[in-house]
Amino acid sequence: MNYDVVIGLEIHVALLTDSKFLCGCSTAFGAPPNTQCCPVCLGLPGTLPVVNEKAVEYGVKAGLALNCEVHCFSRFDRKNYFYPDLPKAYQITQDTYPLCTNGFLEYYIDDELCKTAITRLHLEEEAGKLIHSSGSIVDSEYSLVDYNRAGIPLIEIVTAPDITSPRQARLFLEQLRLLMRCIGVSDTKMEEGSLRCDANISLKPEGSMVLGTKVEIKNLNSFRALERALEYEVSRQGMVLDRGGKIKQESRTWDERSGKTMPMRSKGDAPDYRYFPDPDLPPLRLDPAWVAQIKDTLPELPLERLHRLERDFGLSRYEATFLVNYPDFGQLFLELAAAGEDNTALVNLLMGDYARLAREHGHLAPQRIAELLTILQEGLITQNRSKAVLEELFRSPLSPREIVREKGWEVLRDSSQLGAVVQEVLAANGDLVARYRAGEEKLWGFFVGQVMRAAEGKADPKLVNELLREVLGKAD
Amino acid sequence: MRKLAHLLQTGEVSSTELVRRCLEQIKKTQPVINAFITVDEEGALAQAAQSDARRARGEALSPWDGIPLAIKDNISTQGLRTTCASRFLRNYTPLYDATVVERVKQAGLPILGKTNLDEFAMGSSTEYSSFGVTRNPHDVERVAGGSSGGSAAAVAAEQAPWSLGTDTGGSIRQPASFCGVVGLKPTYGRVSRYGVVALAPSLDQVGPMARTVEGAAVLFSLIAGTDSRDATSTGASPFQVPVWDPKVVQGLRVGVPEEFFSTGLQPEVEAAVRRSLQVLEEQGAVLQPISLATNQYAIDTYLTLVTAEASSCLARFDGVRYGERVAAEDSNTMFAKSRGAGFGPEVKRRIMLGTYVLSASHYEAYYEQAQRVRTLIKQDVARAFEEVDVIITPTTPSTAFRIGEKRSPLEMYLSDLYTATANLSGICALSLPCGYDSRGLPVGLQIMGNHFREELIFQVAHVVEESVERGAQREL
Repeated sequence: MNYDVVIGLEIHVALLTDSKFLCGCSTAFGAPPNTQCCPVCLGLPGTLPVVNEKAVEYGVKAGLALNCEVHCFSRFDRKNYFYPDLPKAYQITQDTYPLCTNGFLEYYIDDELCKTAITRLHLEEEAGKLIHSSGSIVDSEYSLVDYNRAGIPLIEIVTAPDITSPRQARLFLEQLRLLMRCIGVSDTKMEEGSLRCDANISLKPEGSMVLGTKVEIKNLNSFRALERALEYEVSRQGMVLDRGGKIKQESRTWDERSGKTMPMRSKGDAPDYRYFPDPDLPPLRLDPAWVAQIKDTLPELPLERLHRLERDFGLSRYEATFLVNYPDFGQLFLELAAAGEDNTALVNLLMGDYARLAREHGHLAPQRIAELLTILQEGLITQNRSKAVLEELFRSPLSPREIVREKGWEVLRDSSQLGAVVQEVLAANGDLVARYRAGEEKLWGFFVGQVMRAAEGKADPKLVNELLREVLGKAD
Repeated sequence: MRKLAHLLQTGEVSSTELVRRCLEQIKKTQPVINAFITVDEEGALAQAAQSDARRARGEALSPWDGIPLAIKDNISTQGLRTTCASRFLRNYTPLYDATVVERVKQAGLPILGKTNLDEFAMGSSTEYSSFGVTRNPHDVERVAGGSSGGSAAAVAAEQAPWSLGTDTGGSIRQPASFCGVVGLKPTYGRVSRYGVVALAPSLDQVGPMARTVEGAAVLFSLIAGTDSRDATSTGASPFQVPVWDPKVVQGLRVGVPEEFFSTGLQPEVEAAVRRSLQVLEEQGAVLQPISLATNQYAIDTYLTLVTAEASSCLARFDGVRYGERVAAEDSNTMFAKSRGAGFGPEVKRRIMLGTYVLSASHYEAYYEQAQRVRTLIKQDVARAFEEVDVIITPTTPSTAFRIGEKRSPLEMYLSDLYTATANLSGICALSLPCGYDSRGLPVGLQIMGNHFREELIFQVAHVVEESVERGAQREL
């Protein structure tokens, strides 16, 4: 049977604040274990949380970028459960009254613009990190706890079940990551856990209005894992349903090695988190003017930029997407384009050898790129030679003009000088000249090549063609 | 307390002498009274020596520099064991000072030690301490009350001139009443809770206990005021000890709620309270019968909220970092067994009740319903304060009961019948001795004032204190 796939995502994004959500400890990644904690984030008896305004600001920013309603009244709740990495045995989160609701994110699947609804976005605190002596808590002899991570601010973003394919899920998450990086609230590194994603997926008979039983998939540590795990679930659930079986409502974990999802716990074992309003924190009341102020600080968002690059700069979707996906390149492009550089030449340069070199060595100063484009346009160097100049720019502090001068790479434009070279080449190949004149036109290329080589690559190809034409005349 | 401050100032007595006298009295009476869990002889003497040195240099930190105090053992003291009278924290030494401890240290008060309480402040008799019961200095066969029984008994037995307690439903006022001392439950938010091991954060407040109204007012002035580490303390204003003025009672509207003088009230208690009311009337106060009808729901509401909040606050005591870890096959069983071994019966009872009222299927019927009733109680109290300036009631239905007398938890809970309303509505309330029953046991009078009206209730208490015939005021 054919099925419709229904996917919803729950994404956790660690916010890039300098200090933690509810205390003043540093959030820097990679410090030695348990060096970035204090009585508050350790949950020592008697300690109290105080909300970091920056975290709220980032949450609001993310909500606005996701087109959400930002609520001027929201509230913190306690989510109670026991786990060794949870210092207070409850997590401070927002359950009943989240910071933001009712937004959406737009992105492209190939050429089709699609939209996924955001149900809610709320603030919460991160737990500590367990380091097991073996693979997992179950088979470990002992486990150690690192509280550096405990209390880092997170936003949880929940989508509506709007996503209809594993690929779309990945594209959504990629766009979300782009958005979060663009507005500067998170570095969203899946490998460091600053972007995490759980997926809910169910199947229903094609066209049916009734949702199937959903399964939650956890432990998705990369974009690839998200797509593969969902693909696996689509086929697993499809096979179960084809056999007339029923899908069990459960949480499953993705196992990278076997490429399969494995059952974790079923609905019956689902914990009761006993949410209730945290009596240590008064409700969060935001001044609408403050929210408006944050809105004003939002940069151009990725999709807006994509459309502007296409519309105002005549770039293709492919080119514009490249510049949006690599905002540093996008920035460079916009800066140089604003300075009057030719858009096509510029984007070709940036997406070509420059991209490879810049990834290795870092970006060049825009003026040096601009100068390179200028001398190319002026015809000071050949297109071919420009690659060598570019390579040199990453190694040398000199300007493009200086490099060209030093290396003697200027195009030979003196027709008498070049004319002599042409004469030499033709003289040395008298038999071939005769064959050409006899009608072997394809030898033209050979002559051009010989002249270029004799001129050590500096010859202006246009001039070479002209001179050859003069001397050889039209082949008849 | 001013007398003591004067003696220190003139050098007629040193802080070291005061501390020694307290330590001697503790040595003599501790074996019977058991007011202390930890006596910090060395620390107190060292702090006293520092105080004396400061005074000698003319650098006293405050007029009260050198007057020692005792602190309830659920208030965190850096480097000084803080047990909450629980096996779980038998060996727990905080890494930081509670804000109130910081403040009394800044005023130069040496800390004699940590006083006994019901485990995690859950109880009304200090019988639930895992360090043994505290006995009432007026009759050692009777309880000192609770949960701040140790702090009350230490002051009554002249082991300390004053002390800090905490009050969630009557835990300062009820033992103050039983032991014949003055105790204040401040307005919610006026004193920082940072560092106070939480029982129920929406109700807990730290307050002073002393042998005189003035002593309590002075200690209150040292601890009151906003704390940036306690988000619920915002708006709290500092407090200054007033100039005592008996004219305050002239024309004062004193509310006398009929519900607090009904069945179950010990006749001698009623008589003593009525006598004080009469004295106030003679001095120009206007007695107004009022109704606080919602008080009949106070205990049920209080218990629902306290158990809910406590079940969450105490979840961190799970054997991972506190208490003795009981080995088990998996982490959940380890949590359960460690908690089973570490908590006493009353704590377990309340955690189970709290877990139940917060569970998804009962949340609405219990927790939410209790919050609604709490709102009604607040409204009822607010209405009353539109008509009257203060409300005067007995602090407890009876004088101190015998150790072991209250067999059922419910009987014990009813000790808070007259006091819980102040916590639920957040207003301030004070208990002071107003006479004795036929057994010579002190009777407590409760004066309730609207939010932030501590100065007024201290003034009224001062008038009552001066007027009521009772045992001579002793101040060491």
